[in-house]
Amino acid sequence: MADETSTPSAPSTPRPEGSGPGGPGGRPAGGRPAGPGGGGRKFFRRKKVCKFCVEKIDAIHYRDVRLLQQFVAERGKIVPRRLTGVCTTHQRGLARAIKQARNIALLPFAARY
Amino acid sequence: MQRTYEIMFIVRPDILDEDLDKLIAGLEANITQGGGTIKSTEKLGRRKLAYTVKKFNDGNYVLFTIHADGSLVGEIERRLRVSEPVIKFISVRMDEEEKRVAKIKAIRATRKKLSAQPAATPAAPVEPAAAPAPATEAASA
Repeated sequence: MADETSTPSAPSTPRPEGSGPGGPGGRPAGGRPAGPGGGGRKFFRRKKVCKFCVEKIDAIHYRDVRLLQQFVAERGKIVPRRLTGVCTTHQRGLARAIKQARNIALLPFAARY
Repeated sequence: MQRTYEIMFIVRPDILDEDLDKLIAGLEANITQGGGTIKSTEKLGRRKLAYTVKKFNDGNYVLFTIHADGSLVGEIERRLRVSEPVIKFISVRMDEEEKRVAKIKAIRATRKKLSAQPAATPAAPVEPAAAPAPATEAASA
């Protein structure tokens, strides 16, 4: 938490980070262009896995902004499960944590442009 | 009924350090007088807000972890609402979440033990079965 204070441009960083951590996840970025296209059969698509199940993150806490930011789109929307591959149980907790974080101004309700 | 809560609040950025300490000390005194216990107090420092709150773009975050009654938390919330330097606050009940996490951890610990035991057993019977086979071949030859 303390090292996040060192980044002075917090509201501007979510934008690159919002698209960036989609990349480390691999699945969200990979699934997004293929999803609307619909041509799922032709291309090999890796099976999406729930980050929280795989990394055994039990508690999704509203305070760890770094974690939550990976599941928030550029404009501040919660990314749907079909894009991120998060399981139902964890998506529920995640949504709750994101909403709590929005309330205490750790995450934006809607990012300005 | 005592429960665990987290109370996080944002203090306006133009406050002096000693005033902030005084405010925190005052709240701590309120909690202990009301019958609650303080587990930890953390000053998370100055942080940029995700959106403008009362015309401020950054604020001092403070986090309390307390063990208290619901009514006491209500009282603390009222005080936070009234006190002028506090611009935003949130109180979250933590005990059920902690209980859930502890349960998951316990289940995981028992599963690890079960998976470790059968892995050791199948290695043993292979060696005696392999040994007599060349011995019989040698006898027939």
